[in-house]
Amino acid sequence: MIIHVTDQQGENHALEGLEGWRVMEVIRDWGLDIKAECGGALSCATCHVYVDKDWLDVVGAPSDEEEDMLDSVGDVRSNSRLSCQILCSDALDGLKVTLAASASKD
Amino acid sequence: MSTEITTDVVVIGAGPCGLFAAFELGLLDLKCHFIDILDRPGGQCAELYPEKPIYDIPGFPVITGQQLTDNLMAQISPFAPEFHFNRMVNSIEKQADGSFRLETDADEIFHTKVVVIAAGGGSFQPKRPPVENIEAFENKSVFYSVRKMDDFRDQDVVIVGGGDSALDWTLNLQPIVRSLTLVHRRDAFKAAPASVNKMKELVMEGKINFLLGQIGKLDGENGQINHVHLITDAGDLSVPATRLLPFFGLTMKLGPVADWGLELNDNTIKVDTEKFETSVPGIFAIGDINYYPGKLKLILSGFHEAALMAQAAKAIVSPGERVVFQYTTSSTKLQKKLGVA
Repeated sequence: MIIHVTDQQGENHALEGLEGWRVMEVIRDWGLDIKAECGGALSCATCHVYVDKDWLDVVGAPSDEEEDMLDSVGDVRSNSRLSCQILCSDALDGLKVTLAASASKD
Repeated sequence: MSTEITTDVVVIGAGPCGLFAAFELGLLDLKCHFIDILDRPGGQCAELYPEKPIYDIPGFPVITGQQLTDNLMAQISPFAPEFHFNRMVNSIEKQADGSFRLETDADEIFHTKVVVIAAGGGSFQPKRPPVENIEAFENKSVFYSVRKMDDFRDQDVVIVGGGDSALDWTLNLQPIVRSLTLVHRRDAFKAAPASVNKMKELVMEGKINFLLGQIGKLDGENGQINHVHLITDAGDLSVPATRLLPFFGLTMKLGPVADWGLELNDNTIKVDTEKFETSVPGIFAIGDINYYPGKLKLILSGFHEAALMAQAAKAIVSPGERVVFQYTTSSTKLQKKLGVA
């Protein structure tokens, strides 16, 4: 499966994802600028992405706990998600996300 | 006047790996002082995920970050390490005799033979919201904590966030400010319900404003803001403000470590895999903050690194002394140190 990620500079990357991996892990593994400091424990919001409008329904809404964590970034939009909470599956083949400024390492 | 402290080892960072280092160093009779920017031990385990279960600590099928911290504190208690919380190491200087002089931002000077950097992802710093030019206003009219309430007296204050810090300071500052606006992105709060209710009462009484939105832009000059522009569902909004307090929690930054002259790899410190020593002899790095080929950022790897580092630290503190490798299960000498024999 392929995930299309637009980085903070606007560059597009087609990343190969593996079923069962978190989208955050795929982005991190390919070396894009994602801090993901808690490592996927849903304890920070430094893997914040915007999900492409066409994919919102497939990806689904964030959980209450995820909404709470999103409070800790200042650039939330209606299509904000934490990429550690999106699990790669065949249904998400072709998923498009954009890395938020607040996911950056610096 | 500065406080001067002399010790064998200063450990920077009281996370799980740093804490366990005090155990391994203690078995070798080395005295430790900890310096940590947080107000309690545990590092990421205490700050980021105290209640989250960890499944890969050997011997514990499941343990929370807080339980692991508590267990480590109990385990190292026989060695009575000393803790210096709420401070950051500003500088490390090597002295002519090979020892080190450390200065903290709390006006302390440590003289130590060995430095162990166990700072994880760096030091926890307030998260800066992604707002253009915000740096220019920081510490003049934009603050990430309240150090002196008087700085906010008779000011037009905007507080951003929905957690306990945002709500607590809304309630505490309201009586002394000229105006106060709380801004949060949604009408749900992580903060304690009692504080949220009190805040809502103040809004009803017309004593404070509450707006749904996020910070877009700051206006002002020479470090002094005069307006905060908000992005809201109902469009953009400009709020007159002389003080801004964004509360978005903490994030880890490498901080001053980058300026200590150590060889780095990206945001981590290069070490060898025999002693876990940095490019400066006598300064070691263990846990998430170090780098070597094959490195895995796992707590268990940090424990291993602590044990090997301690042997090398001993050789520096007590040169020429023969160290006999012993097990805690069989050595009465070690058991006496642990207070169990």
